[in-house]
Amino acid sequence: MNDQPILEVQEATKSFGGIMAVNRVSLDVRGGEILGIIGPNGSGKTTLINCITGFIRMTSGKVLFRGRNITGKPAHKIADMGITRTFQIMRPYYSLPSYKNLVIPLFSPRARRTGGWRGGGKLGDRDTVGIDILEEIGFERDSFVPYKMASTLPTGYLKRLELARCLALKPEIIFCDEVFSGLSMSEIASMIPLIERLQMDGITLIMIEHRLRELFRVANRVMVLNFGEKVVEGSPEEVMADDKVKEVYFGSEEVEEVMSHA
Amino acid sequence: MENRQQRKERLDRGIKVRTEGLYGIMSLRELSYLTLPRLVLIVGILILPLVMPSMYWQRVISIVCIYSLLALSFDFLAHFVGLVSLGGAFFIGTGGYLAAILNTSFGLPPVLTIPISTLLGAVICTVLLLPCLPLRGVYFAIVTLMYPLVLTRIIEALNVLGGTDGIMGVASFANRWIEQYFVLVMVLVSMFGLRRLVNLDIGLVFRAVKDNDQAVKASGMNITYYKAIAVFIASAMGCLGGACLVHIYMWSGISQFALDFSILPIAATVIGGAGTLVGPVLGCFILVPISELLRAFGTLRIVFYCLILVGFIVFRSEGIMVYGQRKYHQFERWVEI
Repeated sequence: MNDQPILEVQEATKSFGGIMAVNRVSLDVRGGEILGIIGPNGSGKTTLINCITGFIRMTSGKVLFRGRNITGKPAHKIADMGITRTFQIMRPYYSLPSYKNLVIPLFSPRARRTGGWRGGGKLGDRDTVGIDILEEIGFERDSFVPYKMASTLPTGYLKRLELARCLALKPEIIFCDEVFSGLSMSEIASMIPLIERLQMDGITLIMIEHRLRELFRVANRVMVLNFGEKVVEGSPEEVMADDKVKEVYFGSEEVEEVMSHA
Repeated sequence: MENRQQRKERLDRGIKVRTEGLYGIMSLRELSYLTLPRLVLIVGILILPLVMPSMYWQRVISIVCIYSLLALSFDFLAHFVGLVSLGGAFFIGTGGYLAAILNTSFGLPPVLTIPISTLLGAVICTVLLLPCLPLRGVYFAIVTLMYPLVLTRIIEALNVLGGTDGIMGVASFANRWIEQYFVLVMVLVSMFGLRRLVNLDIGLVFRAVKDNDQAVKASGMNITYYKAIAVFIASAMGCLGGACLVHIYMWSGISQFALDFSILPIAATVIGGAGTLVGPVLGCFILVPISELLRAFGTLRIVFYCLILVGFIVFRSEGIMVYGQRKYHQFERWVEI
């Protein structure tokens, strides 16, 4: 972890009509760290990601990636730089088998440029590379799961497929939009080592989560959003102890439970 | 009596499973299971001109092929890229007028006008359609429908390109055999070529754009660029059809922008089976001759034509090819629940 911020967001603002979905949120992420973003439903977490990754246009504000201004660039250019994202609502290519889903990101200019996936560059067989990535992310190679149609996969595998799609691009930053939600406890337990491994590989992760206990286990820093505004930012312990956070999450059982453990 | 409930179960035939992968070359039976349907189709199409009873019906075969090219391009765009195109007339008109101009004004023979107008026409169509490619929804359909109408009115009002009379005196093919076999082979090449294309990696990208363009964007790919490539391929096929049509009729006129060229391929796709690529061609081979046969009924022919279409949509909405493939690969049986 170095001190140079890899991604800097300055006063990001997005308004839909009169509603401020994201209101002057600033953040900076250092290379290799895991930043958690939490907040109640509708607090602007996903909108913030959409703004940073170029899926919607910011009303005002600035995004710097390694000091370069990437504000207002189209989504595919931002992804091409290595800033990838998963979708909260999983979006595989339903009409293709799971491993064929990865042929698409592997076909992208970035994947072809960075190549390297065991010779899976310009001349490599993308099917093989796709199965390799799927195995890395937890699809059993010898089972029939990687060859099944994506439309028949259960939620846990779809979440992994979303992550695999990001990994195929050899990303520098992955925005994970609620990768733990909708998973069983055992599925989450198997996801956490995966997240930790990604961090060890030097990938910066920004995780939106509702599952606070699991997030606090992996996150280096946590930011709390409420009504589109940043409430507090700090280490998981600081955030848990903060009075304003308790206010935001007032009545939420899980937080109280987590807090009581802290 | 207890109430016994049954449901229909569909299972893959043993031979279908056996012929997947390398085991397909195991024995003659497996080999013929794989190759026979394709062989029947190819040979059937190639001997058509020889068995046609008259010059008139041979001409019909040529027209069928041109509609087939359009139906293929519609099926490709609609079911593999997710762009619903009503641009058959636009492609035919562009390719046709280009070929006519190249032939009458520049004196190029059909050997040159057809490839040039195919490529040039595809470039023109793609550039004109480029503005609506970044948009999702019905805009592409509307714009492709609008261009032929606009171009017809421009040609009428400004009296350019021969005005309402059209461009006459276009050279014909050397003889009718060359004419027929050229369009037939073009249909076969486009059909098998497209089927190969949609299973290549770039074809998977096209299908991904149809499935979920946001995820393709998130994979760092410019979806407008890939849509433009797909439109180029599809409009090249349409323009090829248009150029052939002009050389067959030896005339190019505003009737090449007629909506028949947009609508009939869609009807053929519905009848033949959407998303199969073979289906639309079969659909054209059924629909166009039927409409010729029905000429005997005079104006009532539209009524019969519509009845056939409605019948298909109500009773076999999946299309002939989808139905046929299912029967070929699977068997059905009733099982107790």
